[in-house]
Amino acid sequence: MLWGVVQFPGSCDERDALHACELSGDEARLIWHEERDLGGADAVVVPGGFSYGDYLRAGAIARFSPAMEAVAEFAAAGGPVLGICNGFQVLCETGLLPGALLLNDNLRFVCRQVDLLADGLWPSQGAQSLIEPGETLSIPAKHGEGRYWAPEGMLDAIEAKGQVAFRYAAGQNPNGSARDIAGVRNEAGNVLGLMPHPEHAVDAMTGSTDGLGVFEAMAGARA
Amino acid sequence: MKARVLIRPKEGILDPQGKAVERALPALGFEGIEHVRVGRVVELEAEDPAKLPELCEKLLANPLIEDFEIESIDGA
Repeated sequence: MLWGVVQFPGSCDERDALHACELSGDEARLIWHEERDLGGADAVVVPGGFSYGDYLRAGAIARFSPAMEAVAEFAAAGGPVLGICNGFQVLCETGLLPGALLLNDNLRFVCRQVDLLADGLWPSQGAQSLIEPGETLSIPAKHGEGRYWAPEGMLDAIEAKGQVAFRYAAGQNPNGSARDIAGVRNEAGNVLGLMPHPEHAVDAMTGSTDGLGVFEAMAGARA
Repeated sequence: MKARVLIRPKEGILDPQGKAVERALPALGFEGIEHVRVGRVVELEAEDPAKLPELCEKLLANPLIEDFEIESIDGA
């Protein structure tokens, strides 16, 4: 199992993502944004950070990089793609995931541990999924533009299709996200994006290892 | 053509920047200002203005969350 972790100018969490992939028992390598070839990766992480300085809108310019063209083709062919924070924003801008991420409603950069409730269709991901609906994961969130938003009709549709993967636990929504949504998947289930950072929750020394399950679940998420 | 593109959050989407500006105004003595919304302006020169709407939809604005208007500023 080989993970590819995309690295844009301005990415800052790609090393932690590599580390998380390796702790999950897999190999991992970086994919520079100018590479058009994913190097045989079996799954891809689009990591957190501030790709291309987040100029214009977060994720708007990264979308046009050669590596993201390759990731879009990989996702369309059923390959597992995990977008974290800025990576979630990039996947929404690319159209691989529904909705958009807006400025936090309180205008503050949030940096805190949050409880996430797993929701949606996790069991359909196969035997490798270690995440069950209703399970709570303790994961750090750190972002200024994490308010998930989509038109009401789109929210109804993604809820009905089980595409809401994570919600903030009651009272812990840090940014005004619609319906407490912290992460969504595509209809096929092979693309997942979330604002909190599972790659920062992989070592008991820093308080939680709940993030490992997200990597292990996505490793088996080929559609 | 010289053009100016105005991009603003769609009606109905909470604009916290606009709210923050609105809340600051009474303290400065500006009463009666409501519904402040903050967007952005992009000025550019285009050889082929016909391409501008597509360019706006693909990059300058996110049509899910933002409206845009293109105006010519030739001679301005």
